[in-house]
Amino acid sequence: MDRELVFELPNDLRCIEEAVEFVVARCATCRAASAKLRFNFRVSLTEALANAMIYGNGRDPDKRVRVEIALAGHHLEARITDQGRGFDPTSLPDPTTPGNLLDPGGRGIFLMRKLMDDVRFNEQGNAVTLVLRLPAAAEMRREASA
Amino acid sequence: MAFKVNREGDVVVVDVDGQLIVGNRQELKQRVLDEVEEGERKFLVDFSRTGYIDSSGLGVLVSLSKKIREQGGELRLASLNEDLRTLFELTKLDTLFRISDTREEGLEGF
Repeated sequence: MDRELVFELPNDLRCIEEAVEFVVARCATCRAASAKLRFNFRVSLTEALANAMIYGNGRDPDKRVRVEIALAGHHLEARITDQGRGFDPTSLPDPTTPGNLLDPGGRGIFLMRKLMDDVRFNEQGNAVTLVLRLPAAAEMRREASA
Repeated sequence: MAFKVNREGDVVVVDVDGQLIVGNRQELKQRVLDEVEEGERKFLVDFSRTGYIDSSGLGVLVSLSKKIREQGGELRLASLNEDLRTLFELTKLDTLFRISDTREEGLEGF
């Protein structure tokens, strides 16, 4: 990997916005890449962190969420791991069917899958990897590798 | 996220400045519910200064819309940029809300 960024977050939803901005700010992007990073990646990373804190860690303030960002050329990966028991990501209802449209929840993983180029879960279901293929060169700022 | 609440005639207009996401959605929800409690029935949320919305933010809008409709009112949305509009289209929530290009259009005929 060309650049990596690894950190842990407390299980606190109020940390999410700042964490997302922290990651995005460390991706020096060209103009072509910026739109996908600015929107698709921000929304998807927010979803992954929220799922980890709410469902994975069950809102337990003593648990933490691990964030691993890796950027290699045009390939950006974000792996989010919680300390929960995991879940089955294949058994989720479609939030766009008429019967589910008025449901306030259930759109997080759906959005991640629509906005990212690939979304992979580990076997246990407590870690998700978001993959974004950037259309042009992008690289992590060197100072972020520390 | 910060939001401003103004009145344009009998419509409550809410401007969302920043992100509407899981960490702050309750603030917006409670403020609008307070207005509903006070008898307001027409709401327009203006997203011209909004960066992004996550599924929790969408969920709050769905739940507020449902509540307001139950009270005989309506929640409209306005000024979504291309990215935000895509979110509503992907989730088919564009079929649930009246979405206007501008605040003025949203207020028309309310």
